[in-house]
Formats: sequence, structure tokens, C-alpha cells
Amino acid sequence: MKVTGAQALFRALEGEGVDIVFGIPGGAILPAYDPLLDSSVRHVLCRHEQGAGHAAEGYAWATGRVGVAMATSGPGGCNLVTALADAKMDSVPIVAITGQVPTPVVGNDAFQEADITGITMPVTKHNFLVKDPGEVAETIREAFHIASTGRPGPVLVDLPKDVLVNETTWSWPDRVDLPGYKPTTKGNMRQVVEAVKLMLRAERPVLYVGGGVIKANATEELFELATAAKMPVVTTLMARGAFPDSHELTLGMPGMHGVYTAVTAMQKADLLVAIGARFDDRVTGKLATFAPDAKIVHVDIDPAEIGKNRVADVPIVGDCKDVTAKLVAELQRRLDEGVEPPDRSAWWAQIREWQDRYPLRYDQQPDGPIKAQYAIERLRAHAGDDAIVVAGVGQHQMWASQFWRFERPRTWINSGGLGTMGFAVPAALGAKAGQPDRRVIAVDGDGCFQMTSQELATSTTEKIPFVTMIVNNAYLGMVRQWQELFYDERYSQVHLTYDVPDYVKLAEAYGAVGLRAERPEEVEPVIEKALSIDDRSVVIDMRCDDKEMCFPMVPAGASNDEIIPGPEGLRPQDDPAEAPIA
Amino acid sequence: MSLHTLSVLVEDKPGVLTRVAGLFAARGFNIDSLAVGPTETPGLSRMTIVVNVESKPLEQVTKQLNKLVNVIKILEHDPGSSVERELMLAKVKAKGDARARIMEIAEVFRVSIVDVTGTTLTIEASGKPEKLEALRELLSEYGVVELSRTGRIALGRGERGIQQKGQLRVAKAAGAEDQPDWTGGGV
Repeated sequence: MKVTGAQALFRALEGEGVDIVFGIPGGAILPAYDPLLDSSVRHVLCRHEQGAGHAAEGYAWATGRVGVAMATSGPGGCNLVTALADAKMDSVPIVAITGQVPTPVVGNDAFQEADITGITMPVTKHNFLVKDPGEVAETIREAFHIASTGRPGPVLVDLPKDVLVNETTWSWPDRVDLPGYKPTTKGNMRQVVEAVKLMLRAERPVLYVGGGVIKANATEELFELATAAKMPVVTTLMARGAFPDSHELTLGMPGMHGVYTAVTAMQKADLLVAIGARFDDRVTGKLATFAPDAKIVHVDIDPAEIGKNRVADVPIVGDCKDVTAKLVAELQRRLDEGVEPPDRSAWWAQIREWQDRYPLRYDQQPDGPIKAQYAIERLRAHAGDDAIVVAGVGQHQMWASQFWRFERPRTWINSGGLGTMGFAVPAALGAKAGQPDRRVIAVDGDGCFQMTSQELATSTTEKIPFVTMIVNNAYLGMVRQWQELFYDERYSQVHLTYDVPDYVKLAEAYGAVGLRAERPEEVEPVIEKALSIDDRSVVIDMRCDDKEMCFPMVPAGASNDEIIPGPEGLRPQDDPAEAPIA
Repeated sequence: MSLHTLSVLVEDKPGVLTRVAGLFAARGFNIDSLAVGPTETPGLSRMTIVVNVESKPLEQVTKQLNKLVNVIKILEHDPGSSVERELMLAKVKAKGDARARIMEIAEVFRVSIVDVTGTTLTIEASGKPEKLEALRELLSEYGVVELSRTGRIALGRGERGIQQKGQLRVAKAAGAEDQPDWTGGGV
């Protein structure tokens, strides 16, 4: 059967089970937009290619399936670069399809030409320039395979216009043949046995859970492991929701703005069992002083992560689901044999004392300005366990990760590694498109919101409604916080103002509902009102305290031992009760 | 810092060289020499890369190289158990007395003279990098007009090839000797 390259593209996308693509047409990709009309694939017309890219990411985060973004050549592809880099850093499976100038003029500085495979080489897991319509189907197959297996990531497929227009004979490869791509998924059993030995010997263990656990759909196995081993659990920014926050083993999020107990328990641990985590600098603080007494079990599907930042005593390369299940089985076998872990009552007593002494806290005065943390907590209370919350990058993101109580996987979406401001609105759009029956809420900053708010138009016209709560503190808040703490309160280029733009009017202009709260007593009614609307997007202009800072905080480059629990600057070493455990 | 010689077996596809070189460049590593050519298997090329770098960052680069979809295998050569060779062409000024002395040097080094003009001799030399370096130094006294070197190529000694198991000793994390063969593919 004869098909054009463009027809082959959509047949291949259908073959991969794609239901939605996010994109914007343009010159070179035009031939692909004609067979789209005859395809079962839904196209969501975004307002900016970056928005399409983040929407594909949000879709992938929320569903676990590959998100797809489409753009034209040149500027279209270039505008996808940030989303691709974001997906690379956070291991998000997306496939980007870009148009390219016709093959005879590739390299000739043709109109809207950019060497997009060259540009995106460092920010994709892999990319392809297709030169023959006969290779379109096979390449799409390979792209989806690479994006979704092993350590997931972004893949770009560049399709010159003549490749889309010319005809070929349709054929769908029944398998993928990539001799250089064979991820190790099965964990080595000998290593598993060694890891369990360490777990049964440890007096102060901590389970250090990263985003890989969610990516591998291994949260049930993780729950079994944590409860069987009775080990305290920390969930990184990428892993919020991997383990229920309400569970007694939960210590919360570690890292630069992590919970005091999570940060400090890792510092004092004698064993860290890292699963799908990568010892990122935001978690370890100053690497040389990170968890100095801890032995390390490191489980990851990516061999390059093992030993990259911290040498592992027991490295295990494999899929987190496979390895965690093996750890559970081996642990259970040893426990059934009667092996008992050492007495950890002192460790737990110490943990409970830290938790009592240094809970997450904020001070909402009834007649004072709205505290962002209060607004987020109230929003969480009304949204329920099942809602998906999406954050941008900055103070609001940290507060959301701290004060949103996560109970289920894939209820938290944010930009972790790349720290992409403007991520939330388009990612919420993508999440809602992928999970239409779920409540999707973006908690965004005023700075972030202004970078990608145009996707509210997409939300209205495509009928993909979600709630955005802007934590409006009139500033690039995290930058302001650093200038306050580390630049002697010399504020430079951080003031955005509360009322430019008027977020309520902006929302209305986009066909969304605009709401505003300026005093604490207005918070709850506004949230209730926002959550009562489900046929249109809602934007809440939550006017928050412009002076509030995000704590706890480990200053950049400092040791995690130097964590600042709160605004008083009280440090643990001031307190004799905090003397290091032997 | 020390010199490391890597053999990288790759699919013969456009852009592979850029991907490989990009990983070194992104970390600010300078590639000392690079040689690429076809192998015994159609569709596969072999790159020999010499880099001057610490072992620890090199380990990270080789692991990242392994993750490239078009990279099939990587081998770091142990100088004691591999054969390393390089080819050099040198055009040397050769007038009067110098001519005979250069020809004498060529004989001692067992290298060929492949082009002769009234004023120059072009020498083709192959061998270990140290030998070529010694020859180059001697020739420089007479004036080298131009010089071209291929960069190093290498094969492990013994009966096994890079595509068979047992040759692999790179891309393992410290303390990870018990791991299965990691070098089979990307992630």
C-alpha cells in the first residue's frame, strides 16, 4: 500500500497508541497536518511550541505514557529546546516531531532552517534526521522505544518536507533493532543479597527514594520494602507521592528546602538505600560532607548514575521495579530465616525528636498578609488525595512540595533538574489532557505564570480546564530570598509588582474565570469557588506576603549539617540536643 | 592526568562522530587524537580515541558514551596488552648534504620515502607513537615543510576481538565488579 511520509507518520503514531499530540503547524511540517484530519490522533493546538513541549511532558508525567509534541522547522524546533532539556534532566518520555526544510536544501540556510538535530543532540536521549519516507514508520517505532524504555527521556524526529510529501510502501516493523541500545533491566541477584545484608545490619538506615521509582511504576514494591524493612523513607522532589506522606515511616522531602528531619536523618544515617535517585547536588548539599557515615546501596537503571557523585558500596543496575521486588523477596527470606535487624529504637527516638522539634511551619496571622504555605495547605485540603498538582520553579514550588500532602504516585508534576520557570501552566494542560477525569491544579509563581500563560487560550479553546493558583508575591521570590540572605538585602531586578498584569482580567481575557484573594479570610472561599468550576479554567490571583522566605534551607554549597530550620536562623549546632550521633 | 586509549565500536551513521566528540567537548576534555574507519563487520565503524584526562572523569564519559544509541561497545586499551600504531607522512627539506642524512635516518627507522623532489623528501612512517615522535624530532632539524598523522589505532593482543565478551574492562563503577556486562548498550 502506497502512503506519503506524512501518512506513514500518523499511521505510525496510531500504531504506537498515541491519542494526543500537542503542537503548532508551520511551513515545513504542513504536509503532516493534512493526514492529521483523517487520523484518530487528537491534535491540541498550543500557542507556543515551548508550551506544546511542556504539555507533552505533563501528559507523560500524569499518564506514564509517551507525550508527543509537534512543531515546524527552524523557530518551531528551537522553541522546543527548553522542553527537551527539561525532559532530559527529569527523565520524561516525550517524542518531538519537527518539520525540516526539504533534503536538497538542508544546509543551505533555507527559510526557517535550523540544524535541529545538531542543536538538540546534548538535550535529547537520541534524535533522528529521516531522509527517506520509507524510514518514517521504523524511525517513529524506534523513537518511542528509546523514549519509553531504560532511563526514559526525550527523542526528536526531524522530518524534511519532501520526506513527508513523497510516497513509500507502508510497512510497520514488528520489532525494533537497535544493536547499541540494550538497557540492563534485571538486577543482579548477588548484589541484591549484599544489599539486604547491609539493610539487616544497619542501625540507622534511610530509604532514599527518587523519581525512578515512579517512572518504573515501582511504588507498590517500594511500599512493601519500606514496611518489611521498617526503614524511614525520604522522597525527593522527583519522587513526591511515591510513598504516602501520611505513613509513619515517612520523613518527607530531603534537600535544599527539605524537611529538617529528612535532611538530618540522611546526614546521620549509617546506610542509605537509594532507589531511582541520583545524589543530585540539591539533595546532597556539599558532597564531601554528605552522609559521611553512610554505606550506600544504589539502585538505578542508568549505569552512568552509579558512582557519579557518590561511590556505591553495593551498586545495582536495573529497573527499580525488578530490583525492589527482588529486595523485598530476599529481605523476606532472611527475616523468615529468623535474622533480626539490630535494635533501632534509639534511631527512631531521635527521628521523632527531630520531627517534634523541627516540623514544617509558618505563621499565618489572621490580620496579616496571606502566607503562601497557608493557601497551599487549604488548597490541598479541598482538592483531595487524587488531584494532580503541577508546579513551576521557585518558592511556590518548594512550598507546594512541602505542604501538599502526597498520598499517591503521579499526583505531583514539576520541573526538577532543569528548573524551568513557566513549566506549570502548559504541563497542567498536558496532565489534564492525559487524565481528563482527574482534577488538575497548577500552583504557580507570578514570575513563572507570565512566561507561559498564553496556554490558557489553549485550555479554553480545546476545553481542557484546570485551576491555576498564582502564589503572587510580586517578586521573583526565590531570587529575592537569595538577595536578602546572601547579597546583603541588595535587591536587584526582582520586583514584578502585584498588579501588572491584572491576573483576573488576564484570565477573563483568555476565557477563564479570574478570582482574587487578598486577605486570609478570603483564601478558603476563593478556593472553594475555584474548585466548584470544572467546565472552564480558573486562575486565582492569591496575593501573598511579599517578604515570606522558604525554609528550611541549606545555603548553596554548604553542608547539609548547616541547614537553617527557620527565619530565626537557629542552627542545630547551637543546641546541645543536636550533637551528632556516634 | 594520563593518556587513555579507547576503542569505540559504533554504527556507521551520520552524526555519530559529533555525538561522540560532543560528550568530550561538553566536559572540556581535549581529544589528543581520533581515528575512524570501517571494521570487519559491514555497517560498523571503529573509533580510536586518545584523551589526556583523569581516570574518574573518563569513567563518567565512557559510561555516557555507552548510553549513546549508536555506540555498540567501548574498550579501554591497557598499553601492556594491546598493539597501538600510527601512520605519519612528513615532507622534509632535503637539499645538498641533508638529503643523504635524511635517507640514512629513514633506513635506520625502517620507513619509506614515498615522494622525491629536487628539494624535498616525503617520508611515510608507521609504528608506535613513541617511534614516530622520535623520528619527527630528528627530521625537524632539517626543516619539516608539512606533516600529517593519522592518530593512533589499537587492537587488543590475544585471540579475542572487541565484539566478543571477555575484552571489556571499561565503564564499570567503582566497586561494581559483580555487575553483569554493562557495556552492551545504552540506557
